[in-house]
Amino acid sequence: MSKEKFDYFIKGEKGKYEVVIGLEVHAQVLSKSKLFSGSSTKFGADPNDQVSLIDSAFPGMLPVINEECVKQAVRTGLGLNAKINNYSVFDRKNYFYADLPQGYQISQYKNPIVGEGKVLLDMPYGSKEIGIERLHLEQDAGKSIHDMDPSNTYVDLNRSGIALMEIVSKPDLRSPDEVNAYIKKLRSIMRYLGTCDGNMQEGSLRADVNVSVRKEGDKNFGTRCEIKNVNSIKFMQMAIEYEAARQVELIENGKEIDQETRLFDTKKNETRSMRSKEDAHDYRYFPDPDLLPLKLEQKLIDDLKKSLPELPDKKKERFIKEYELNVYEANVLVSEKEISDYYEEVAKLSDKKLAATWMMGDLFAMLNDKGLDISKSPISAKHFAELVQSIKSGEISGRIAKEVFEIMVESGDNPKKIIESKGMKQQSDPKELEKMINEILSKNKDKVDQYKAGKEKLFGFFVGQVMKLSGGKANPQLTNEILKKLLKG
Amino acid sequence: MSNITNQSLNEIIENIKTKKISSTDLTKAYIKNIESAKKLNAFVTTTFDQALDKAKQFDKKPNFDQLLPGIPLAVKDLFCTENTKTTAGSNILNNFIPSYESTVTKNLWDNGSFLLGKLNCDEFAMGSSNETSHYGNVINPVGDQLVPGGSSGGSSSALAADLTPATIGTDTGGSIRQPASFTGTVGLKPTYGLCSRWGIVAFASSLDQAGPMTKTIKDCAIMLESMSGFDEKDSTSINKKKEQYSKNLKDNIKGLKIGIPKEYRVDNMPKEVDDLWEKGKKILKDLGAQLIDISLPHTKYALPTYYIVAPAEASSNLARYDGVRYGYRSKQGKDLIEMYEKTRSEGFGDEVKRRILIGTYVLSSGYYDAYYLKAQKVRQLIKKDFDDSFKKIDAILTPSTPSSAFKIGEKTNDPVSMYLNDIFTVPVNLAALPALSLPAGVDKKGHPLGLQLIGKALDEQKILNIGYAFEKNCGFKNEIKKWWS
Repeated sequence: MSKEKFDYFIKGEKGKYEVVIGLEVHAQVLSKSKLFSGSSTKFGADPNDQVSLIDSAFPGMLPVINEECVKQAVRTGLGLNAKINNYSVFDRKNYFYADLPQGYQISQYKNPIVGEGKVLLDMPYGSKEIGIERLHLEQDAGKSIHDMDPSNTYVDLNRSGIALMEIVSKPDLRSPDEVNAYIKKLRSIMRYLGTCDGNMQEGSLRADVNVSVRKEGDKNFGTRCEIKNVNSIKFMQMAIEYEAARQVELIENGKEIDQETRLFDTKKNETRSMRSKEDAHDYRYFPDPDLLPLKLEQKLIDDLKKSLPELPDKKKERFIKEYELNVYEANVLVSEKEISDYYEEVAKLSDKKLAATWMMGDLFAMLNDKGLDISKSPISAKHFAELVQSIKSGEISGRIAKEVFEIMVESGDNPKKIIESKGMKQQSDPKELEKMINEILSKNKDKVDQYKAGKEKLFGFFVGQVMKLSGGKANPQLTNEILKKLLKG
Repeated sequence: MSNITNQSLNEIIENIKTKKISSTDLTKAYIKNIESAKKLNAFVTTTFDQALDKAKQFDKKPNFDQLLPGIPLAVKDLFCTENTKTTAGSNILNNFIPSYESTVTKNLWDNGSFLLGKLNCDEFAMGSSNETSHYGNVINPVGDQLVPGGSSGGSSSALAADLTPATIGTDTGGSIRQPASFTGTVGLKPTYGLCSRWGIVAFASSLDQAGPMTKTIKDCAIMLESMSGFDEKDSTSINKKKEQYSKNLKDNIKGLKIGIPKEYRVDNMPKEVDDLWEKGKKILKDLGAQLIDISLPHTKYALPTYYIVAPAEASSNLARYDGVRYGYRSKQGKDLIEMYEKTRSEGFGDEVKRRILIGTYVLSSGYYDAYYLKAQKVRQLIKKDFDDSFKKIDAILTPSTPSSAFKIGEKTNDPVSMYLNDIFTVPVNLAALPALSLPAGVDKKGHPLGLQLIGKALDEQKILNIGYAFEKNCGFKNEIKKWWS
């Protein structure tokens, strides 16, 4: 892979500006029940179908921590190479809103469960480390629905109380591409760990994006704006581009940037001020007296560490070594746990290099076309391996393999059966091929003469004739060899 | 058996067990008393039909092995009771009928008792005179002009007036002990975490604790045993083996060391309170206990600390009363913010608003460190004072309150003098300790006065034992004339 140079700057009249980005990612913890109640967390239930007395903050109700959510946060922290805090505290973040039944969100403020960590990104200009500031556990709020009735707002509390991990990055990101890579990497790590499904359509992964700009080479950060609750990578990138340009324009016009919270309007593709620093909420954080501080025994942390699966960075190194893949191939094949599992199964039963090529080519194209995850692939890893093996052994040509592949997708049959029943086996018997080629050459004497006179382009014509006659089954390599030999003679 | 209702809970249980009275007749006797005591305004809600049904069920199939066999009980209206309106003394919950039962009341019912009605209290338990209730002030049976104390004022009034054989209250800064002291009854605030807070309308979560209010120490032990116990639904509940307080009650206190803190002799304390304290010391000394002078140097900071911590927690705990999901909602609001403002303005009374404002203020950025954080640090020092003292003593004896019951309206316009009533009780809540208020005598007006026994954490048995011995030798008899019926 050729190394490019990092080059994402906003060009103003007075110079180039660097964009500084920090993300607060809200990742929904994968757990059966909510952070402090036994209600289900399943997506897609009828409104207010998954709400307990605790989630709806009835008088006298008390939160009890869900241990599985704590373990998930620790696993995630370990996956981010972060410090796990044996002592953490749940605080109340107080504000009024109709979809916040308690009038406060239980979160972690001064003492989060996970401290500093790091995430590695593979960028075209090399690998880049993004610092993690912290990870803390908090409750999600409910959902206000404003468009169901002209004069009333409806509230759905199914989400109220679901556990979120807020993962705060350091302001280490410098471009929309890095944000893309960062979110994908986080998502991949959490999916490997099974701590968040990373489903952005269902809101399992959202982010607040902090953006500031500074002149290239400046050491100090500019004033930042926070763009709230952006729920797709594309929107994050669009919001950053808009916001950075807006800030540069302000600076170039000699104006100040207000530190404020902004919204991204996806229809107009612009950010808008939501509230300024002066109107910022005073959340009146204080330790939740209903919950004792969370004390984790080192043994629990150690045990969780031992039981972690192989994570993408490690797996990538192993793939490069074990399967002799290049960095690009390894990156793609470890990006999702399911993809890497599929690849390993195929690679163990067939040629590892060829398997990678065919997976990243035809298989991914087909899945992409059909909008399917690899876990829903119509071709099993075992059948795919057989196909790769058939190519490798010369039983079928690449061209035929594409046909076999199509039939496999439609029928779900194994390739051997398809190749046999349709007579698609490659013709690799030299004697048979020689016979066929001699036939073709004697039929095209004029062209043979021209070829011999120096019109070497005609070689392709002969190959085409062989393929036509053989129904595409002639072994291309062998065909070439024999053709060359006979044309010489 | 005409006088059954002026007997102690323990005596009533004996009468039930020996079939001298049926649960139904007992219940009817209390209903009669309650109906003739409307002037006291001790009840917000009565559940007579339901109680009679339960009594009949008990009589049909009596189980005498239970701690509270066939006993009707009225409870403070701060405990959520399934299908029975629970108001917390507030307009904002005037229509709230829980679908669930608090752990503490469930424990009581599981031990054979049943609900007779819900007792008036200060709004959200914020008050020391039961004058902040939306449902009117409660009158002390001791005198028709007197407050019953608060916030468990309905509880103390009903108990002293024989409207319930025993009852339960909650104590955040003295709300069980002060009303007990004002009515000549026994009140115990258990160790924080001994009784579950689940299903109790919260005031200040780190201080709130439910406890028994009874006529005698033995009754207190029976009630505590019935209501306490670990509850996994309350993260601050203490996981320990249940104790048999009533069975283990002993009146031998020989050799026990009783601490007398010098800081509890405050300025302007009436002489009769001091005299009573002296009388208490003498009784314990005569019973073989050893009196030891101790110092709890941070006592003077307890009240200001309490009035930062409690309102701070309350301001957050009461945020849920917003008119969105249950309870009162103003019809005036044009949008969400206005609906909140009107609902909460109309739903909460003045004292509750005052504390929400104080709490919001002390938690605000810029003030947090100076108030809330500092108060938390002082709280630790207060706790440490007790911890240090308890290394050399078994219990502490103090007055329960700086005066006897005051007149209705006397302090309503002076919140600080009202708050000063809690001066001897709040340190105990801040330190999460158990404390018992014992009826010990009367002042010159003949109004009851109590003494407070403070124990180590989870040392309820010991202070009950000291109280038991004290009770036998004190000679106090609560003589209340039934002027109201």
